[in-house]
Amino acid sequence: MRELVILSGKGGTGKTSLTASFGLLAAGTVVLADCDVDASNLHLLMKPEVMSAEAFFSGELAHINPESCIGCGKCEEVCRFDAISHQAKTYRINSLNCEGCGYCAVICPTQAIDMNPARSGNLFVSEIKSGDIMAHARLFPGADNSGKLVARVKMEAKKLAEKYNRELIIVDGAPGIGCPVISSLSGADYVILVTEPSASGLHDLMRLVEVLKKFRLKAGCIINKADLHPEKAVEIEDFCKAYEIDILGKLPYDKAFTEAMIEGKTIIETNKSIRIVLEEIWNNINLKSI
Amino acid sequence: MTNEKPYRIAIASGKGGTGKTLLSTNLADYLAQEKAVVLADLDVEEPNDALFFKAEIQQSEIQYKMIPDWQAETCTLCGDCVKYCKFNAIIKIGEYITVFNELCHSCYACSELCPAQALPMKPNRIGITNAIKSGRIQLVESRLDIGQEQAVPLIHDTQKYIQDHFSPIAIQLFDCPPGTSCPVIAAVADADFVLLVSEPTPFGLHDLKLAVETMQLLGKAYAVVINRADLGTNELENWCQQEQIPIAARIPFDRDIATTYATGELAWRSNSNLEKALKSLVEYLHERKEVYA
Repeated sequence: MRELVILSGKGGTGKTSLTASFGLLAAGTVVLADCDVDASNLHLLMKPEVMSAEAFFSGELAHINPESCIGCGKCEEVCRFDAISHQAKTYRINSLNCEGCGYCAVICPTQAIDMNPARSGNLFVSEIKSGDIMAHARLFPGADNSGKLVARVKMEAKKLAEKYNRELIIVDGAPGIGCPVISSLSGADYVILVTEPSASGLHDLMRLVEVLKKFRLKAGCIINKADLHPEKAVEIEDFCKAYEIDILGKLPYDKAFTEAMIEGKTIIETNKSIRIVLEEIWNNINLKSI
Repeated sequence: MTNEKPYRIAIASGKGGTGKTLLSTNLADYLAQEKAVVLADLDVEEPNDALFFKAEIQQSEIQYKMIPDWQAETCTLCGDCVKYCKFNAIIKIGEYITVFNELCHSCYACSELCPAQALPMKPNRIGITNAIKSGRIQLVESRLDIGQEQAVPLIHDTQKYIQDHFSPIAIQLFDCPPGTSCPVIAAVADADFVLLVSEPTPFGLHDLKLAVETMQLLGKAYAVVINRADLGTNELENWCQQEQIPIAARIPFDRDIATTYATGELAWRSNSNLEKALKSLVEYLHERKEVYA
């Protein structure tokens, strides 16, 4: 089984549009995983029919039982997260701030604090329009621990690939370089970097490549919107060469991407010339990642 | 005037790449024509604001997160710390206690509950905060060290740095990370008002709905800025109207803005479309601020 992870550092460079396109080009051999769990968009292009859904719990949240609370204030004293406040002798937990460390529950002299499992999102398995399967999720707004939900989505995708005998998993990743990104990298065979030729696109790519180096991961780069700033595109190519990152191909800055998205379609379904470029890029990915 | 609390505006979005940095940097520069502005880059995983201001770093501060430091000599190997840690950040192997720094949330439970005081907390580097001055703009950016996973502690450190050093500056802009989870919650926590930058595409609308839900949960006052406003459909605009969400400004789709941004320049200085959008946004904010005060 081969696992490709699509990342960018900077947001809005085209990760999801390209994941969806590659997903269709690999139809019949692939399981897709949407690991951008805060702002997941892949389903908007893949028209999923949900086959199964389950609640996702991660960590715990403190709850104060008012009958047992004597208002001593020890819990507020030890909380490092500003999650406990009081009015007169009534103490309350602010669940948005609670990290679930449980220190308050241990220190409470009357055992008035319970730690309850925190539901932080939903996990779905769906059939998509190509007939393939996709694992995706929705993190509740303001929820903690997106890294854990990413790991859960990836685990589900692996199980599905085994069950349906698929040789390939394509993972749509999150922007940034923090916990959801690092979580999406575990078990990756090859990373596809989607960038754009802008000062911030290159800056963010460089930071992400540092992370990949740390984990000794192989990667290739697609320069999206390449004609927006040809000189920056050359800078990106030079950077990639210096860091032994494969150049997989370039795509134009074209309203056709937005128009396809508005139709709920991938670019390969709506635009022939871009489809040809993407088929070539997809061949390159397969050559480099096997 | 110096006793007045600063007015803090967070610039956020659900979806990445909608124009948070474009808006933050250009708005700061626009406002700086008349007054001092703090621009804080709280997208600590991928900070970009400094790329647009060619100025030297005046001051840097290494930032730390507190983690327990195991003292083998004093430890009695009772295993309480392992039991108390809800984040599986402490394990006991044979006669050794190992702490996984990345998993630690700095709750202090293990340290303060240890009967032998064998886990004193010590600082562990997570990133750096830079203060940069460019004309009337006081830029503060933080950069998470490569391989560090938790953005939230560094966002808190950055906010504290601004409070300690620049609180007399009356207007403060916070450029936030994308998404709707813990880093965004931390970044908008101190804000008096939030501008949600979106684009009129299906992805933009889907993620704007999540961002709005998050702001409602936090009880924040907010308005939407539509970037590339004439690129997609009317759906986003209609939805905002239906939900009675104010639209603070519209930035038209303009390839020149994109190219100038790509170069690392402040596009409003040469692009009248962006200048007009900023003018109407500032008028909107003035009205808001009077309401707020």
